Amino acid sequence: MKKQILMGINGDESVAYATKQVNPDVVAAYPITPQTIIVEKYSEYVADGEVDTEFVAVESEHSALSSCVGAAAAGARAFTATASAGLALMWEILYIASGLRLPIVMAVANRALSGPLNIHSDHGDSMGARDSGWIQIYCENGQEVYDACLEAWRMGEHLDVQLPVMVCLDGFTLSHTMENVLTLQDEVVKAFVGEREFIEVEGHAGKTEFRLNPEVPLTMGPVDLQDYYFEHKLQQVEAMDHALNVIPEVDAAYEKISGRSYGLLHSYMMEDAEVALLGLGSTMGTVRYVVDELRKEGVKAGLVKMRVYRPFPSEALIEALGETPVLGVLDKAISFGSPGGPLFEDVVTTFFDEAERPLIADYIHGLGGRDASPKLLRGIFESLLEIKEKGNVSHKVNYVGVRTEVR
Amino acid sequence: MSRMTLREAAGKPDGLAQGHRLCAGCGESIIVRMVLKATRGPTIVTSATGCLEVATSIFPYTSWNLPWIHTAFENAAANASGIEAAYRAMRRRGKGPLAKYETLDVIAIAGDGGTYDIGLQALSGALERGHDFTYVLLDNEAYMNTGIQRSGGTPFAASTTTSPAGKVIPGKREWKKPIDEIVIAHGVPYVATLSAAWPMDVMQKASRAMEAEGPAFLHAIVPCTRGWRFSTEKTIEISRLAVQTCLFPLYECRLEGGRPVYELSPPSLGIARRPETKKPVEEYLSEQGRFRHLFRPERRDDLLGSIQDGVDLRWEILLEKAGL
Repeated sequence: MKKQILMGINGDESVAYATKQVNPDVVAAYPITPQTIIVEKYSEYVADGEVDTEFVAVESEHSALSSCVGAAAAGARAFTATASAGLALMWEILYIASGLRLPIVMAVANRALSGPLNIHSDHGDSMGARDSGWIQIYCENGQEVYDACLEAWRMGEHLDVQLPVMVCLDGFTLSHTMENVLTLQDEVVKAFVGEREFIEVEGHAGKTEFRLNPEVPLTMGPVDLQDYYFEHKLQQVEAMDHALNVIPEVDAAYEKISGRSYGLLHSYMMEDAEVALLGLGSTMGTVRYVVDELRKEGVKAGLVKMRVYRPFPSEALIEALGETPVLGVLDKAISFGSPGGPLFEDVVTTFFDEAERPLIADYIHGLGGRDASPKLLRGIFESLLEIKEKGNVSHKVNYVGVRTEVR
Repeated sequence: MSRMTLREAAGKPDGLAQGHRLCAGCGESIIVRMVLKATRGPTIVTSATGCLEVATSIFPYTSWNLPWIHTAFENAAANASGIEAAYRAMRRRGKGPLAKYETLDVIAIAGDGGTYDIGLQALSGALERGHDFTYVLLDNEAYMNTGIQRSGGTPFAASTTTSPAGKVIPGKREWKKPIDEIVIAHGVPYVATLSAAWPMDVMQKASRAMEAEGPAFLHAIVPCTRGWRFSTEKTIEISRLAVQTCLFPLYECRLEGGRPVYELSPPSLGIARRPETKKPVEEYLSEQGRFRHLFRPERRDDLLGSIQDGVDLRWEILLEKAGL
């Protein structure tokens, strides 16, 4: 383990600081609340000569990601950051970045989508991008944000993966909240992230690294019709599968230098848990507090925090849950018209074929930044205990912490 | 390379190989081949979605002998910004795969839809930021790839599938957006118009565009046999008539001492000097099916007169700008 420096910084600053240490070739970004501190901070690093990144202050998020795509295709390391409407504007290019297998890293300061307009945190933005072929990591606190922003490069750039990575941090709750964050020294980060490597491909002009190479031309982003498109999509599926193996490897390497590792997911008090809550992001910190309280009261509560949401770690989840009989899923997004929240659907699908599967209920909470208080979470545990007692789930999808309880 | 000879041009390998699936008589490949003759060395090309892209890159085939990337419709200038930024960063650091190249010609190619309309924002942003790249507008004056829909670049009275010549409305009611003026207003170092009828002029201007430090903009008139409705052997003739009628004058605009300095290119300068050689717009319009409703079933002197007046006015304004 290497020497570390404790810093008092907020989540956005954690992103900016980690990225400064990585010093990517190109950062192209556009301001949007609650991500703005990232671009501001990074602009300061550029203005003060602390990095020699080419900072492209683009005129929209669409161009931010398009510039990153151009830069990454040319062989550069490229970074951007966004939130909410900005991510929505990038939507078209999200699929292009992953389809072209460009390991761009992007921080998303999670924020509700309009309308009506709301600048506070929920996962409606990044959940909309869950099918876009990006690796998605959700962070619980500022430390995780910092760590993920370093690990992301090695996850995405791994030769078996070659996918873009989204590091999600809850807007304001993490982006604007100052915390103690242990940071590595610059040279340790440099050695950890190394230089970008390229896969070798056989192009029409011969073998070349997969990039826009003036000496051995490649055609990237061609028209790809009925005869090949499907196979290319399957290659992305394969890459996602590989990521399930690569992410823990990267995490183990990171543990060696930092003493911290997160795995695909994190279980707490699950060995003998009778009721458990599963979720993403900053809410899970509060869930841990509530679990501790309940344990003191003799309730066998536990939690599973999904750190990696895409690729979805089904096997790890089944293992983490063990014989826990009742599972509550904390969704921080609505998938309108669907049978449940996005996380709930993935969890239910994961357990569907299991002989021993828990009773599962969905708790949609925290939309538009509404507080997920210990009281609210305790109420959810109480509802899980009720399910355990009755032996069935009467309300599969529950909207909690709302004036009008919709069930 | 500003004075490339025809022999040199002919001897240089094509950046865009034959065998692509553009229509017979398409003006796009002609212009692209000429522009690519002017590259100085290491080059990266990015194309917006459109005819050129779909006809030259059908997997697993490609016509591109240069590193080429297509991503989307509205972002050619943003892609180019990223490529140029990557090159700039690598040069500065002296590391990375592009670091060793003394020059890198970054070329963005887009049609009128991808430039006048959906790509205008990305273009404006890239011009304002001053990236060192060459933007080539292949202006065939409508969304040809989707089946001839009107764009901001479609001329007045042209019939397209979304501005059809109907019983009440005789084709497009708006004039062409003044894209060159919009670009020039950004204060970029080099803007020029191109017609395939003057190949040496095209290549020389392309050379100057690549050599310019900062964004350069090349606007080519690109006749489309399908959309303009003319027979395939007339592409060059129509490219020539567009200039001879002053509908599409050939000129360059350089930024000198912070001021845009307009200079007419020889084919248009000749007309400025001998105005009697200026051809009436009818000669150009009557060659094309998209303007047929101006002549049949009955002759629309009112519309023909408006077009001629509009062209004359714009030509006069250009002459004033060029100090002629």
